[in-house]
Amino acid sequence: MKKASMFSLFVLVVRRDLVLAMRRRADVLTTLIFFVMVVSLFPLGVGPEASMLRKMAPGVLWVAALLSSMLSLGRLFSADYLDGTLEQMMLVPQSLSMMVLGKMTAHWLVSGLPLVLMAPILGVQFDMTAETLGILIVGLLLGTPILSMLGAIGAALTLGLRGGGVLLSLLVLPLCIPVLIFGAGAVEAVATGLEATAHLSLIGALLVLTLAFTPWVTAQALRISME
Amino acid sequence: MAINWFKYSAPTTFYGLAGKLIPWFAVPAVILFAIGLYIGFAVAPIDATQGEYYRIIFIHVPASILSMFLYMIMAGYAALGLIFNTRLSAMMASAIAPTGALFAFISLWTGALWGKPTWGVWWLWDARMTSELILLFLYLGFIALHASIDDPRRADRASALLAIVGSVNVPIIYFSVKWWNTLHQGSTIKFTGTSMHVAMQQAMFTMFAACWLYAAAVVLMRVRSIILERERNTTWIAELPEVKR
Repeated sequence: MKKASMFSLFVLVVRRDLVLAMRRRADVLTTLIFFVMVVSLFPLGVGPEASMLRKMAPGVLWVAALLSSMLSLGRLFSADYLDGTLEQMMLVPQSLSMMVLGKMTAHWLVSGLPLVLMAPILGVQFDMTAETLGILIVGLLLGTPILSMLGAIGAALTLGLRGGGVLLSLLVLPLCIPVLIFGAGAVEAVATGLEATAHLSLIGALLVLTLAFTPWVTAQALRISME
Repeated sequence: MAINWFKYSAPTTFYGLAGKLIPWFAVPAVILFAIGLYIGFAVAPIDATQGEYYRIIFIHVPASILSMFLYMIMAGYAALGLIFNTRLSAMMASAIAPTGALFAFISLWTGALWGKPTWGVWWLWDARMTSELILLFLYLGFIALHASIDDPRRADRASALLAIVGSVNVPIIYFSVKWWNTLHQGSTIKFTGTSMHVAMQQAMFTMFAACWLYAAAVVLMRVRSIILERERNTTWIAELPEVKR
């Protein structure tokens, strides 16, 4: 009984956040356009040689994904905080961690998943092969949820602060470095003829670890910020 | 006789204790710095392969070790503050952060100065260097978060949580950076197992002890200032002889 109600709570929060995001589609699109623009700027900056672009592609795509997920994190709790919904949510006698997990999931569906779907098109611009593209997608699928979850801790800690956006990046970016390393490393490994399983397994391990701990840590952070 | 273990966990009593302890850390720190620098510059022989440049390790190595240790101590105090809700622990954590960041910076700076003549480059994306740089970022994040929250109670608790999350992440970051480098290419720098000259060891240990004592003295001085600033409206502060004057 308890378990079912926790799951229904999770579904409720995800659905609510998705509906809200669909009402303000411009926000979702801005993140995606930012991602596309940052990635497209790199060839303009370093020159159009295909061999170099192919080598750079995984790193560029991953860094751009990291930056655009930072961009949308500020909105994760702030709208609910400003109109008082967050306070109501914290008064509910249900698990706050579960609600936070719901918000993280919705954030990933809105800002992480579109990047993953967009990545192959951008990868083709960088002349990536089908094989490396496949690994890039798998890596991004495993890695972008980690970015949303780690970012949620930062978003909760910087809730309602002046200059929160820049501060958020300062706090969260160093924590995301392992994801960047293994994500870009997996593609690099395949490109040089090695197996990518080691890298992908490590990202998977990080995903499980963050899934287990970040909802609770974020809930604590929200309690600190809201008291 | 029951010992009151928590006597010095109150800022009121710790303020006086810290004031008494500072000279006991500061004076030996100065003496050991002098001895360590003397041994390092005058007694220790010239290195066979690196010439005179190697002498910078006498500050570089202690600074690197301390930057890492201080982060762990800071996270420990932060955890204590969150768990037991003691004000002093949070004050200690925020007093340690600038010293830790300073040592991380000194470590990177002296590393660059040593790297230029020895390797021919200021910077290599070596695993140790990269993780030291990330450690500096973590310190800066802690300080920035603490500085941008006006309510001291929320600032303490929020930055404590960040320090704990960071300390869980430090090993993950270290190993990921290490594997990242070694997966690409063999490590270019290896710490050779050759035994050090006795005078070099002495200089290194003396400088290490001096840095520890310096860190302790500076942290205690800073925590005294933080206590004065936070408790400025209380009567016990107003009755302190140095404030009354």
